[in-house]
Amino acid sequence: MSLTADTDLVDSFRDGRKIRAFARAIDNCYDGRPLAIMEVCGGHTHTIYRYGLAQHLPPGLKLIHGPGCPVCIMPKERIDAAIRMAQKPGVILVTLGDMMRVPGETMSLADARAGGARVEVVYSPLDTLKIALQNPHHRVVFFAIGFETTTPMTAVLVESVIAQKIKNVFFHINHVLVPPAVRALLEQQNNIDAFIAPSHVSVVTGAGIYQFMVSEYNRPVVVAGFEPVDVMQAILMLLQQDTPRLEIQYKRNVDMKGGLKAQQLVNTYFEIAPEFHWRGLGPIPASSLQLREEFSSHDAAIEFADECQLKPVPDHKLCLCGEILKGRALPKDCRVFGKGCTPEKPLGPCMVSSEGACAAEFKYGSLL
Amino acid sequence: MCLAVPARVESCDSEKETARVETFGVQRDVSTRLIDESLKPGDYVLVHVGFAMRKIDIRQAEETLQMHNKIIHEFDS
Repeated sequence: MSLTADTDLVDSFRDGRKIRAFARAIDNCYDGRPLAIMEVCGGHTHTIYRYGLAQHLPPGLKLIHGPGCPVCIMPKERIDAAIRMAQKPGVILVTLGDMMRVPGETMSLADARAGGARVEVVYSPLDTLKIALQNPHHRVVFFAIGFETTTPMTAVLVESVIAQKIKNVFFHINHVLVPPAVRALLEQQNNIDAFIAPSHVSVVTGAGIYQFMVSEYNRPVVVAGFEPVDVMQAILMLLQQDTPRLEIQYKRNVDMKGGLKAQQLVNTYFEIAPEFHWRGLGPIPASSLQLREEFSSHDAAIEFADECQLKPVPDHKLCLCGEILKGRALPKDCRVFGKGCTPEKPLGPCMVSSEGACAAEFKYGSLL
Repeated sequence: MCLAVPARVESCDSEKETARVETFGVQRDVSTRLIDESLKPGDYVLVHVGFAMRKIDIRQAEETLQMHNKIIHEFDS
């Protein structure tokens, strides 16, 4: 069999016939014991909802949504810092689209832009270079977000800024790490039996970063691709493990080592930050990145020390995002879900982000 | 946020570290700064926020699809 078209790398992993065949294989293999599987990554949550995969699983097998949504775990104070910088005259804030509508304490970046702040949305971090060169008298701040998947791209932007001697670019770094978040979950609670590990974080880091989940916490782990057939195959692989192991379902893109150039770049420009306050999970030490000191001339936390002062801002009283991100509540458990909190008027990030559990439930839930 | 799409390499510029790729008929330029291996036209890459993240292992993809066919064979009604 030879691959000649896009269809073979995408459609064949969305094939309904395969989803149903895997559902039967899972049913055949399942021994009836209650099992809670967490999919860490918001992208997987979205696939599960979009293709209605939970319906295909035996009733004792529960899927729990995890905190792998970098927009969802961003605490309000970091959004507010970005807004304060954007509102300063002579500053342009550059962001990926995902962050635009997430509410801070009083407003979102979209609201700030409507109010006159200069906020630019980019598809690629590298688009920041053109903005900086075209606006040499502005200070351009890149709002860096994402897990390990996206950190190498920010690193390339840092590298380019330095190589091209572009002095007016600064970085508001909010890159977070998967393993410390998962470790915090496993320490804080006992309701997760097995894990579907992220797809594209693993492309960069290699699957080896999840080994501790097996060796220290005795949980089975399978690294799955994003398509529905990938997820179903990963669930089958989890059930077929006799003793907990780390396995890779997403073999076409993931191995144990990951991307070496990407890892080297990240290491060159970033180091582990002391602590990051995760929405839902609370403060976790050594769970995020900061720019290395030698690049402090491009660090927004220093250039805009005032605006970047982080005072924890509590979530809306009725917002259940925190519990949802830990897998301890479902969107429908939230009193404001679909009423006071909708995609048009979101109270919390889980409703805004394309990977948020609430957004997925709102969009696809009524179809089930 | 972490969504990445497969794309086919149409041409590469190893000096500029970019490649022209195609996904579902749409062509665009991506950075190849993060790719460990060398790329050539006809290769497939995973694209995320304007970067090629990795060269897709087509042999592994084919093996995975063959495994799927086994499941269909055994469990299709």
